[in-house]
Amino acid sequence: MSPALTTAPPPPGAAAPAEAPPAAPERRPRLTPYWLLLPAGIWLAVFFVAPLFYQASTSVQTGSLEEGYQVTWHFATYWEALQDYGPHFLRSFLYAAVATALCLLIGYPLAYMIAFRAGRWRGLLLVMVIAPFFTSFLIRTLAWKSILSDSGPVVSALNSLHLLDVTSWLGLTADDRVLATPLAVICGLTYNFLPFMVLPLYSSLERIDPALHEASRDLYAKPSTTFRRVTFPLSLPGVVAGTLLTFIPASGDYINAQLLGSPREQMVGNAIQKQFLNVLDYPTAAAMSFILMALILVMVTLYMRRAGTEDLV
Amino acid sequence: MTITLSQVSKVFGDFTAVHPLDLTIPEGSFFALLGASGCGKTTTLRMIAGLEDPSSGSVLLGDQDITALPPHKRPVNTVFQSYALFPHLDVYENIAFGLRRQGVKSVAGKVDEMLDLVELGPMARRKPRQLSGGQQQRVAVARALINRPQVLLLDEPLGALDLKLRRQMQLELKRIQTDVGITFVHVTHDQEEAMTMADQVAVMYGGRVEQLGAPAELYENPRTTFVANFLGTSNLIEAEVVDAGSDHALLKAADSKLRLPTERAHTTLRAGDRILAGVRPEKISLTLAADEGTIPEGRNRVPGTITDASFLGVSTQYVVNSPAGPELAVYEQNVERDSRLIPGADVVLHWNPAHTFGLDSAQAIDAGTGEDAA
Repeated sequence: MSPALTTAPPPPGAAAPAEAPPAAPERRPRLTPYWLLLPAGIWLAVFFVAPLFYQASTSVQTGSLEEGYQVTWHFATYWEALQDYGPHFLRSFLYAAVATALCLLIGYPLAYMIAFRAGRWRGLLLVMVIAPFFTSFLIRTLAWKSILSDSGPVVSALNSLHLLDVTSWLGLTADDRVLATPLAVICGLTYNFLPFMVLPLYSSLERIDPALHEASRDLYAKPSTTFRRVTFPLSLPGVVAGTLLTFIPASGDYINAQLLGSPREQMVGNAIQKQFLNVLDYPTAAAMSFILMALILVMVTLYMRRAGTEDLV
Repeated sequence: MTITLSQVSKVFGDFTAVHPLDLTIPEGSFFALLGASGCGKTTTLRMIAGLEDPSSGSVLLGDQDITALPPHKRPVNTVFQSYALFPHLDVYENIAFGLRRQGVKSVAGKVDEMLDLVELGPMARRKPRQLSGGQQQRVAVARALINRPQVLLLDEPLGALDLKLRRQMQLELKRIQTDVGITFVHVTHDQEEAMTMADQVAVMYGGRVEQLGAPAELYENPRTTFVANFLGTSNLIEAEVVDAGSDHALLKAADSKLRLPTERAHTTLRAGDRILAGVRPEKISLTLAADEGTIPEGRNRVPGTITDASFLGVSTQYVVNSPAGPELAVYEQNVERDSRLIPGADVVLHWNPAHTFGLDSAQAIDAGTGEDAA
């Protein structure tokens, strides 16, 4: 009805009343997207852009708490932070990378199972994936502290299987303990970020038309080839989203290293937290935050380039 | 190669999709499985492809029992209903997929040949989503045919196309089948499609094959009410057997006497039995009741009153109410139209008794009509 009104010239008699109204419905659709963007835009401006500028200025200030800080464009803070906390940065990215890989290894079969084999249990299993979010991140990590404690079930099981010798040879554990070792921190990270891997994987797997599997089998691909040539390539958007959602927050995380690790396992998040809250060296803390952000951005960009997601469906 | 289904059935939970079925699909034929949705035709096709395991019975390809063979080991390829083209691969790689999986080293020659056959050469590097429905359909056919399967299975391959493209692709598929000479098994719910394309049609209903035969045979001499109604339109008249002769039976419907060749009666003929006498609408001629004397002797005749007439250009469709049956359909070619044949006119319907068929009256008289077939 309405396209006819706007495109066809109105009959002469109807011209006067018909001319005014069409203007309004034409203008509204053009403004609507901006109105929809407004709340998020304001939110981001106040809570993201403004603090970012504030932090950027802090990172190039010098001074002391007593005398106050001045912007002196002192970029040396960045270099000093990188020198002092290089190992923290390395450790963060290493732990985050290992945890991301573990999440992918654990999460992919799980997501695959839920998407293709769960049948009527699908909804329940998805709820179970996000069920940990019903309790706080902190409490769950504290629970891991008792699970991994020296007298806990994990240590005694690993001990009786002599697996602790293997992990200690790998440098993941020490002194027949699990708590306060890299293994504990990596386990904590893996556990806490697993849902962020599973959900995007599930949603990209679930979108694959089952007929594509059948077509692949029909075209002489055995099940493993079907996975390699059809299922996995089609799930790549989920793999990329999942690894980013896991790796980025995991590399900035400090709770797991704080609760499950020892000073030897400190990640860059712990160092930033210490500078901000204990040492009160705001410029160094701000500089480290920016270095972390820049490094993650570079890594993500390189990764996205390589994954080439825009070529996928 | 000949496909033989022997006592093949498929049960899902407490629903029997296909009742034990015996079917032989001759080598090189264009074979159609025709039926409404849920009749078991697609399940039957999927059992031949290996995508569904039969609950009982065996599937033979030539002399080889392939019942237990997984789909990737069967020399059979499928054109899927939604095409199921791989969205992450371009047209070329979609077509080459089967060859590559079979370990063929140089696929270029064969793929180019296939691209030519389906006239998609310039589209080789496009992704499926950049193609029109008809082009996607041709990729699906090429992707299956390139493997030179013993049998090509087509699962409603034209269902998603508009009418004009459908007609064009029907001819195209028929041409390809004649060119390559392999067995085609085509699943469809479109009776016209089945009749124009196939040499042999198996009409399925409720998980069973109702009737199997050449399209003309099924149309001219249906054996069940479902086939009579699902393929085209039939007038089914409830009648009683008066006398069962050796080559003709005499029937009585209301006050009309009808003759039925005994070899076209698909039920027992005993005096006093109820029977459904069928005749196709285009076999019937209409004559004004006043001119009844001009009707040649020996024709079946039934009186009635025209209730509706629709002019369709080449023909006119009449609906006639008769004591023998309500709403009988009559299609008259518009050669010499009698302008007096208008609603309200009293007429006599008459036809050659050889065109009458007899069906078991225990069946639902409306099986396979509109509502049932949807």
